[in-house]
Amino acid sequence: MARIWSWIVAFGRFWYSFIVGDDWTVAVAALIGLAVTGILNANHIVGWWLIPIIVVVMTGISVQRTSARR
Amino acid sequence: MISTGLLPVLITTFLASAVEATEMVTIVVGVGATRGWRSTIIGAVSGFGVLAVIVVVLGAALSRIPIGPLRLIVGFLLLVFGLQWFRKGITRVAARGLAGMAGEDPHEAAEQWTGPGIDWTAWLLAFKGVVLEGLEVAFIVVSFGAAANNYGVAIIGGAAAIVIFLGIGFIVHRSVRRIPRSFLQLIVGTLLTSFGTFWSVEGLGVNWPASDATIVVLLILYAATALTYIAVLRRRAPQMRVAA
Repeated sequence: MARIWSWIVAFGRFWYSFIVGDDWTVAVAALIGLAVTGILNANHIVGWWLIPIIVVVMTGISVQRTSARR
Repeated sequence: MISTGLLPVLITTFLASAVEATEMVTIVVGVGATRGWRSTIIGAVSGFGVLAVIVVVLGAALSRIPIGPLRLIVGFLLLVFGLQWFRKGITRVAARGLAGMAGEDPHEAAEQWTGPGIDWTAWLLAFKGVVLEGLEVAFIVVSFGAAANNYGVAIIGGAAAIVIFLGIGFIVHRSVRRIPRSFLQLIVGTLLTSFGTFWSVEGLGVNWPASDATIVVLLILYAATALTYIAVLRRRAPQMRVAA
């Protein structure tokens, strides 16, 4: 049982590290951006520009936060 | 001997497949050079194995697979993971410049997997890249093969594109090792973020203005973004270079 549990924990940690990493705000912003892009597209509004903007803005915020911590 | 009518089918299938094969090889070589080759190659081989099973089982019915949701999931995972390397690459290049030629910088060895087992991150990235891009090549082969009513020539065109670009990837992988690791991480992060952006948005059913050529525009945009942030970080905190 303990072995199975440790495997589940390791599996969860792997996916958390893969998707979220060291800054959860970037992953959440990407997720919200895709959801909004999907909504825009469903309403026949051009939405391809949103994710590139989120990438540029969130990268700036994240690297600024990282450099301030150092 | 291929008849004159079949040559355009061969060339078109080859060129269309070459675009996908380039993306596949770029991901595999980039991940292998950054994280280590063993797990990356196992991931790529696993991907080809799954791909072979799908192609053999489904055959011409392959075109019925809903590629949109697959692009969305794989694109989102590449986007969020690529963004991690993109950000790390920016902060590391800003802090240390291009130090660490040929992996000699001890700071940067942390990204290389040295454990006894499989590096699942490298495995998954290579696996996803091969399965998604391989499926796209298979779709191209099925589409062009059905349109020309000749699957044989279309299969030769698609397979030739994969084999040739895998060969090119094998030839250049030694040169990639000479690139400083922090810079390599930035390059691969930029590539993964660009592919991830493209596929995830396309997976939602959104059409990019320049179709596949948009990937190049995204690469230029993100490379310019990285250079700008590196310049800003280096100007604001020169002491970072010592601290990192």
